[in-house]
Amino acid sequence: MGEFTNTYPTTSREPERSDAPIIEAVDLTKVYKMGDTEVHALRGVSLRIWKGEMVSIIGQSGSGKSTLLAILGALDVPTSGSYKLDGREVAAMNDDQLAEIRNQGIGFVFQKFNLLARSTALANVALPLAYGGLSGRQANQRAAEMLTLVGLGDRLDHRPNQLSGGQQQRVAIARALVNQPSIILADEPTGNLDSATGKEIMNLFRTLHRERGITLIIVTHDPAIAAQSERIVRLKDGLVEYAEEAQPA
Amino acid sequence: MNFFRNFGIALDALLANKLRSGLTMLGIIIGVGSVVALLSIGNGVQESINGQITSIGTNLVTVLQGQVRLTAGPPNNQGIRTPTQTKPLTDADSNAIRDRVPDLLGVAPELTANGTTVAFQREKILITARGVTLDYAAVRNVEIAQGRWFDPADDERAARVAILGPDAADALFGGLNPIGQTIRIGSAPFTVIGVTVGVGAGFAGNPDTSVFIPLQTAYRTLSNARTSTGARRVSVIYISALSTEDIPRVERAVAEVMRQQHGIREGAEDDFTVLTQQQFLSIAGSITGILTLFLGAIAGISLLVGGIGIMNIMLVSVTERTKEIGLRKAVGAKRRTILMQFLVETVTLSLIGGTLGILLGVGVALLVGATGIINTTVTLDSILLAVTFSLAVGLFFGIYPANRAAGLQPIEAVRYE
Ligand SMILES: Nc1ncnc2c1ncn2[C@@H]1O[C@H](COP(=O)(O)OP(=O)(O)O)[C@@H](O)[C@H]1O
Ligand SMILES: [Mg+2]
Repeated sequence: MGEFTNTYPTTSREPERSDAPIIEAVDLTKVYKMGDTEVHALRGVSLRIWKGEMVSIIGQSGSGKSTLLAILGALDVPTSGSYKLDGREVAAMNDDQLAEIRNQGIGFVFQKFNLLARSTALANVALPLAYGGLSGRQANQRAAEMLTLVGLGDRLDHRPNQLSGGQQQRVAIARALVNQPSIILADEPTGNLDSATGKEIMNLFRTLHRERGITLIIVTHDPAIAAQSERIVRLKDGLVEYAEEAQPA
Repeated sequence: MNFFRNFGIALDALLANKLRSGLTMLGIIIGVGSVVALLSIGNGVQESINGQITSIGTNLVTVLQGQVRLTAGPPNNQGIRTPTQTKPLTDADSNAIRDRVPDLLGVAPELTANGTTVAFQREKILITARGVTLDYAAVRNVEIAQGRWFDPADDERAARVAILGPDAADALFGGLNPIGQTIRIGSAPFTVIGVTVGVGAGFAGNPDTSVFIPLQTAYRTLSNARTSTGARRVSVIYISALSTEDIPRVERAVAEVMRQQHGIREGAEDDFTVLTQQQFLSIAGSITGILTLFLGAIAGISLLVGGIGIMNIMLVSVTERTKEIGLRKAVGAKRRTILMQFLVETVTLSLIGGTLGILLGVGVALLVGATGIINTTVTLDSILLAVTFSLAVGLFFGIYPANRAAGLQPIEAVRYE
């Protein structure tokens, strides 16, 4: 990993962007209590991400990447610190508002796909639509369009165990996209895939980013994947060890 | 998310583990089944006892000798304590009631001789002989199956004619036609002129094992016909009021006449007792009510156990499905949506279980009824009660697990292995 660290400059030479970031985290901490011991997973992370960026978060296992991404995705709450999404303080939101953020604002892609095992690809993709209040034929049509977009137009009625790993991850991506969020967060999306399939998934992400202008944050420990993004943030022991500056818009 | 979608998700989840859902439901099925079955037995017993009480006569008011209290005793003493040192009832009392209490359907005194020997040829039985008047048939709802009831001439002439209860007729005659045959009551010969319709044992003995003779004949042939003062004794006086509403008036008027007859001073205790059917009904009602309550409580406990079973399984299910719940929350399910999903699941379980339980309970009730030992009556009330109770159990025991599920942080759930 040492050699990997040297690949990137440690200070920024770019001027700071002047427009408002879509994600602005200031001094986030996260402490897990396990009985008597406390695990400081995040110890003061500040981070800004602008609309339309494609950012990789890297770092060693246990450095706090997943913890950070979960907080950014409103799946978890920080112990302290401020997190503004589109200018709104997420820490101040109630349960229903958080649910709405998860439903409409952010699409989350997991390493382990996390599909409902007993539901078809179509039903899995339609799930966020149902929770958003849209169900029935319209939802199915939208879900089918999304599955077609990710190249699974002919697998609508397959269940997860009838699909390959790469196909399952495509279903998960379609699910993340279906409510047209402006941000997609992906936690090691290729971690459970072979390298060829991982490449396909990355290509899909890049296409979505390029063609739809989706803000993309990908957690990875694969340098090859990190290299495909526009900007890298590296965590170490719950702190930002290093962050490339955003390019001016 | 509308209810039907939730219901669909719930059904899906329940079908995903059919064996477990079935076993969970079994608790509710047995609980609801026993509520319905046991209540049907309680209701059946209540109905048959009420039926017996009303079958002894229409709007009946009964006068007995001495102070008699109704108690819940064993059937052989009919719940009536017979007093000792009191003035007996006489036919004069009966006549006074008939003459001085207006607007009655009928007054029917009876002279009862228990343990009377009745014989036909070699056949000999010990039964109750009852000396009765013409009105007795109307007052006590006696119906004739064969032959005829007494006519005025029988009583006037003190004719030696007898009417047998069906069991007595059977015992004496077997398959033979008893009409016109000569039997001996005590030592006196009687001609059988009729056989009554069976009504079964009830309060005041079993008419089916009795022999009826005209009251005037009874005074000549039965040994206990005279009181110590030589008056003509009656054992009991049955009075039929014109309507149920009129019973209280009749009761009061009869008591007044009786106090005058027996010369009881103001404030002194009665030496007779006036009983109404209502009193029997309410005593029986309170006994069978307790029985039904008791059976219901036993059944209720099994339903409660079934409910705890549901809660247990739902808690296991929440833990098992942490990942699924977390995922649902991660893609935007709200707290109350998850709450609803799990509540709908438990309620679906308990409703399906409840429906099957009702079928089971009705089946058991029919089966028990078919044995002929106990009457069973499935009432709509008991079914509604069972449904309401099982729904309440589902909701009550579903809330805690559902709340647990709804409160899961999406991240805990997604990380859960
Ligand atoms: N639920 C948890 N309870 C306790 N400790 C946790 C929990 N989740 C993560 N951690 C700890 O927090 C640290 C950061 O974890 P994580 O964010 O998953 O790291 P990464 O994704 O970079 O591998 C690790 O030390 C991990 O053991
Ligand atoms: Mg991780």
